[in-house]
This record gives sequence, structure tokens and C-alpha cells, in this order.
Amino acid sequence: MKVEDPRNLRSIGDSTSIRDIWDLPSSQIMKFSFSVRVWSKLDRARTGTLNLGTGKPLADTPCLLLTTRKGLPAFITPELLDEIYPAANLLQISPIHFLETPPTSLISGVGGIHLLVGLPEYGLAAFARDSLMCEANGQGTTKLGAAFETSGGRRLVGPSKYMELVNALKPDFWGSLPDEVPAWVSTKRNRMSVDRTLNWLDHCLSLHSVGAIFGTVVGGVDLELRMHSAQETAKRRVSGFSLGGFGLGESKEERAALLEVAIERLPAELPRHVSGLGMPEEVLEAVSAGCDILDSTYPHTLTTGGYAMTFPLSIQDEHDSEKLSIEECATLGSDSSKINLRSMSYRSDTSPLLKSCECHACCKYSRAYIHHLLNTHEMLAQTLLDIHNVTHYLRFFAAIREAISQNSFDQYKSWFVSRRR
Amino acid sequence: MTILCALKRAHLCTNSLGMALQFEILARYKRARAAKLTLPHFTCQTPLFMPVGTQGTVKGLTSSQLEDAGCQIVLGNTYHLALRPGADLLEQLGGLHHFMNWSRALLTDSGGFQMVSLLHLADITEAGVTFQSPVDGTSMLLTPEESIHIQNKIGADIIMALDDVVKTTITGPRIEEAMYRTLRWIDRCIAAHSRPSEQNLFGIVQGGLDPHLRDVCCQGLVDRNLPGYAIGGLAGGEDKDSFWRVVAQCTAQLPEDKPRYVMGVGFPLDIVVCSALGADMYDCVYPTRTARFGTALIPEGMLKLKNADMATDVRPLDASCSCMVCKRYTRAYLHTLVTREAMGSQLISYHNVAYMMKLNNDLHKSILEGCFPQFVQGFLRMQFPKGNVPLWVCNAMEVAGIDISMCLSPEVASS
Repeated sequence: MKVEDPRNLRSIGDSTSIRDIWDLPSSQIMKFSFSVRVWSKLDRARTGTLNLGTGKPLADTPCLLLTTRKGLPAFITPELLDEIYPAANLLQISPIHFLETPPTSLISGVGGIHLLVGLPEYGLAAFARDSLMCEANGQGTTKLGAAFETSGGRRLVGPSKYMELVNALKPDFWGSLPDEVPAWVSTKRNRMSVDRTLNWLDHCLSLHSVGAIFGTVVGGVDLELRMHSAQETAKRRVSGFSLGGFGLGESKEERAALLEVAIERLPAELPRHVSGLGMPEEVLEAVSAGCDILDSTYPHTLTTGGYAMTFPLSIQDEHDSEKLSIEECATLGSDSSKINLRSMSYRSDTSPLLKSCECHACCKYSRAYIHHLLNTHEMLAQTLLDIHNVTHYLRFFAAIREAISQNSFDQYKSWFVSRRR
Repeated sequence: MTILCALKRAHLCTNSLGMALQFEILARYKRARAAKLTLPHFTCQTPLFMPVGTQGTVKGLTSSQLEDAGCQIVLGNTYHLALRPGADLLEQLGGLHHFMNWSRALLTDSGGFQMVSLLHLADITEAGVTFQSPVDGTSMLLTPEESIHIQNKIGADIIMALDDVVKTTITGPRIEEAMYRTLRWIDRCIAAHSRPSEQNLFGIVQGGLDPHLRDVCCQGLVDRNLPGYAIGGLAGGEDKDSFWRVVAQCTAQLPEDKPRYVMGVGFPLDIVVCSALGADMYDCVYPTRTARFGTALIPEGMLKLKNADMATDVRPLDASCSCMVCKRYTRAYLHTLVTREAMGSQLISYHNVAYMMKLNNDLHKSILEGCFPQFVQGFLRMQFPKGNVPLWVCNAMEVAGIDISMCLSPEVASS
């Protein structure tokens, strides 16, 4: 596919057939589509809208897919999720979580993942990789399928099983089954991963009946293989791309080049998802390279560690934020980006986690209370911290979109990275 | 019969000394009553169940979720709160209400129950109880004065007198000693109470399973004219027939115009029986604890979500429940979450708390509407579809004046 000058592009719907859209009355059907509104001048960053179809949220990109455990966020119950602003309405689900129970016939019978997890109006995206529970190290994967560590031991999932799950779950969009390998594998193994992932994509395409399919691009740290994988994937009838195999041991320099060679070869009008680049700097780097949809375990990781995100979201914000000296940070176990609520210094601190935040946790509870909940091992600690961390990270993505819209993403990125050093 | 319950008699506490509540009985059916309990932070309706928020939080639920479920009073444990975060800190931060962002009513226990639950760490003398802290090993002497002092700092709407709690399964002179000590301690509690116009001090009836000891204790406490009374020392493994008899004896002896609280009771069946016998308030960790083990409370009894047959059950937990969980989830999905993901226990806790609130609301409404016996009959039919209602329930209902013969199978009815 020829890459056109991105500045000339307009909204172009995907090429999936009518069968791809799940059971809505035909008169109301809106297809999955993606349109770019503003292209950054200095890099490949872009902001646009992901339209998941009738009755679904319109998601502005670059956007965050929240991590889930069996379809729901680990700590936030659905009615609290509904309250989060900016809207937390895009979730990543892993078909692998549904290998054991419930049976696929039942998932299909209740109407798919949206109804199963009680979130009919949310955008749910299925990607195989589960960065929380299972490291994608390529071990155990054979020509029959990719290996995943599950609670029931290591399981081999081939494209047929994978598609059985996807077709039952009926996600809004989903990535083809990849054979992901870490940076340190041999070129031979890496080449095998590329060929296998392409084969599996064709297999998935032949079995696919619902949702928009994202072809997965792999290739490890080999530039040639990355190019080849991207080129070949772009030839398939897909609605978007998923960049696999990142965050698996590649260096920062390697990563920039790998993202560049792959994205250069993908049609500019289709959305790109990337997995495994979830830290704030990684997000900025991926967005700068042209990624639109990102998943991240960062909020979850901070929450489970007892941390709350406090980094300023804009230059103006920075002037209002608390300033801590290096010594203070060291005693508190905090830094300029986050505070450690386990620290005794918050024992009697009646202020909210973050003054400028309007999330449920910040409006209603104090640092002292959350410190107490952590100290007494009460589950509510994680719920409140996660509400805050998810809200803050969604606000970070909103700030990124705003910067791209204002044509100042490059400055935003430089400012952000420099203050984190 | 219905004329009786249609009679609406208001009982207002007119005593302005040491009362921070109003208790107005709206309707009765025989011994059962439906009342309006006005506390400093919230106006409640009884019968009412109080979920336990030991350390200033009901396991995993936010205060807005507790409100949505219909909770009126949350119980905090003085002993645990005194250890963490500490009474002085709670006072400094504006009391427990403010700390846990709970605007409705609170009740704190006295720490007495921990004499049983943490007995291996407790040493009980006339002065008070010396606990060894399970957190850092230091010892703390909890006297009646200290318990009240801490509870004054925590600031709950209802505070409990320190009692000498013994296991009901124990027999012998220790029961008698504990009862008389409880009576001696109540005066020390009353004397120590510094906020009687903002907090209501409830006395606790002790005396094990001995009717005479219970009688002495009831009388002694009634003489002190307290804002409310609790029946303590039950729900600790005694046989059910003894349990309900103690409740029936105490509710008959305690004043009509004061709330009666049966401590530690939380099984739905026990709540229905105690309400029929004239009790008003209950607390238990059961709904949230059983939820964490994967059991949901439903009108038919218990639903064990871990069971394999749940894996393919697409019904909601309880079709008659309108809580968020029953509106959104199938049993099959909860089966996949339960015990593996924290979310499973959170969702089932939410439902169980909502179930308990609905049960108590139904009790209140049925007494108000004059159809309490019908409600009890319907409840027993659901719980015991085969008519095998336990004998103790039949005996208790006879004393409560509620005919449940239509709920019984022929074998039970004839025995």
C-alpha cells in the first residue's frame, strides 16, 4: 500500500464488511472508523478520533486502554468507573483470561464481553498480551500456538482457539494472535516469529466474524524484519495495526528506530496500537512515533505499590504543584512524579492526594485516610488510589492530545522529559 | 390481629439528660416493632443491620457505595481504631465520620468483644483488660474509662459500655463474675462519658445463658436509664434454642421506648427471628466475610459461587434484587472472578450488604403495613422450601405470636 502525504488525508473508514459489525439494526449501523484531525509538524504524532460505531464512545486519540483482569479493572467497580472523568471508557481485555471459564458458548450467549462484564457502552479491545501477569518471552511457543502463563499453568493457544474466543467475546476491535519474542532472541527465532505472526494473521482473518481486526506487526529488534513484518501486514485487509514485541528488552535508541521503520510502512490513515510502552516517557515516545492507541500497566503498578501520581500535566500546572527537595523526596519515598502513601509523613495529612485533581478519591478522602487503609491492609486503599491514578493518567493523555492540537507536542514532550530527569 | 399492628404509638424519649437520640415506634406486630431512630448524624429506620467497618472501612466498599446500598449506621471497632490510626489522631482529624467520609451514623463497640476474639492476648481484671497489641506487641490497659474516653474521641453516634465478655459456651462462676463486673463497669462508663448530648451510651446485658443472671443484669441496666440497650454475649457458638430464649427474655424485660441491639447477629434467619421477638438493631461481619469466601446471600439462602454448576448459570445472583451487581452480572461471570480476582469479593460484598439492607427494609415495611406475619412466612418458605424449618425457629415464633404452621412440612409440624 502506498503511503500518501498524511496532510492530505481525510477520514477514511475501514474496509471491513457489514458482518463485522455486531447485532445492531441495519439502519443505525455505523462502522468502525478512524480519522486524523491534526498532524504534528515536527514528528509523526497525530490526534484524531476513533469511532467504534453506534452506541459506542467516540474516543479521541492518542488514547489509553485501561488494563483489566477478566474484563474488569482490578480495583474499580463499574459504577465508580462510570464516574471517572476524563471518561475511562476504553478497556483492554485479554482473550487468554477467558480460556478456562466461562465457556465460549456462554459468553456468546449472553451477548459477548460487553454484556458479560456489564459495560455495554464501553469500548472493549482484545489483545492477547497481558503485561501484568504474563511476560511475552516467546518460550514454549510452537507452530501450533503461542504460549501463555495462566493461573492454570502454561497454555498453548493457536489461531483457531484464539478466534473462537474473539468471536465469542465480540470486542469492538482486536489484535491478531502474535508470536512475540524478546530483544535477545536469535535472528532465526525472530524470523520465525515474523513468519508465524503473518500466518496466524491470515488464519485469524479467515475465521473472523466480528469487530475490527488489527494486524500485529513484530520483528524484535531487527530493523529488516520489522520492515518486512510491517510491509506484509499492511497488505492484508485490516482496520488497524498493533505493534507487538515492544517493552521486551530493546534499548531506547533501538526502539525509536524500530517504531520508525515499522510505522513508515503502515498506511497513515489507519490507527496503530502499541503494547508494552506504558511509562509516561515511553508513552510520549510512542505518540511521537505515530502511535494512537496505547495500553499501560503503569497506573496499576503504582496503585499496587501504594503510590499516587502527582506529576504536573502542563507547564502552568507545574507552578502550582508542591515542591519537594531531594532530601524530602528521599525520606518520603516520593519523587517529583508520585508520592508514596505508605510513608508515615502522611499520617495526619488532611490534604487530598493531589490538590488540582477532581477525582472521587481526591474530592472525598484525605492522604491520612489512604495511608491508614494501606497501613491496615484494607482493600479500599487500592480502589481509591487506582481511581486517582487512572484519572491522572487519562488527564495526561488529554494533555498530550491538547498539545498536538496546539501544534506544541514537541515542546510538551521536551518539557515533560526534562522535568522528570 | 391487624388492628393491633395498625395502632401507631409514638414513644419519644423525653429525657434530655444523657440522650442524643429519639426513638419513635411507628408500628408493631405483637412483640415486633418498626421504629424511627433519630441519631445526631442520621435518621434511621428499624429493624436495622449495621455492616462492620472494623478499621474505618467496610471491606472494599466506598462510602458512596454504602449509601447506595442503603446503609444507615456503620460499626467501627474501638480497639482496632485505637491501635491504628489512634484515638488522638482521629480526634485531631475531626473524628471518624470525617476521616472515613461517612456522613450517616456510626456506632463504636467498646473493645469488649476483643476479650473473646483476641483472648490469647488479653488479661482481664477488675481494673480493665490488658491487651497485648497484635500490631507491635506493646500492652494497652483498656479500662471502662479509657474505652469511653477513646470512643468520645472517635465521635460515633452510639458508643458502647465496656463489658466483661465471656464465651457463651463457658459455664460456671466466670459467667456470674462477668455479669456483676459488667454492672460495676457501667457506672464507671457513665461517669467517664464526656459527650452525652452528642453521643449515646448503650449498656450491654450479660449473663450467659442463665435466665437469672440475665434478669439481674437487665434490671441493673434499666435502673441506669440509658439511651439504649444491647444484648451481648450471644452469637458465640451457643445452641440456637438457648440463643433465642435469651433474646426473648431480654427484649421482654428491656424498656419499650428504647432501642434494643443484639450484638454479633447477622444471619438473615436470626435477624428475622430476633425482630419478631422485639429486637431492633444488629451487626455482623458475616455478609462481607462470607462474600470474600465466594458466598452470596439470596432469598433462598446461600449461593456458593465457587461451585462448578455456577460456571454456566446465566441468571443474576438474585432476580428480586435491584443492586448494581444483580443488574449487571451473571452468576457465571462472578464464578470466574470469585477468589481469583479481588473484584469478585468486592462485587459480592456489595450485593450482600445491599441484600441485608433490603431484608431489614422489608421487615420495617411489613410491620408498618401490617403484614409482618406474611413476610415471615414468605421468608421461611423461600429459605426452607421443603418445610424443614428448624425447631428453634418454630419455638421462637410461637413466643413471638406468629403462626408459621403453613410453612412446615407434616413431619416438622407434628414434632
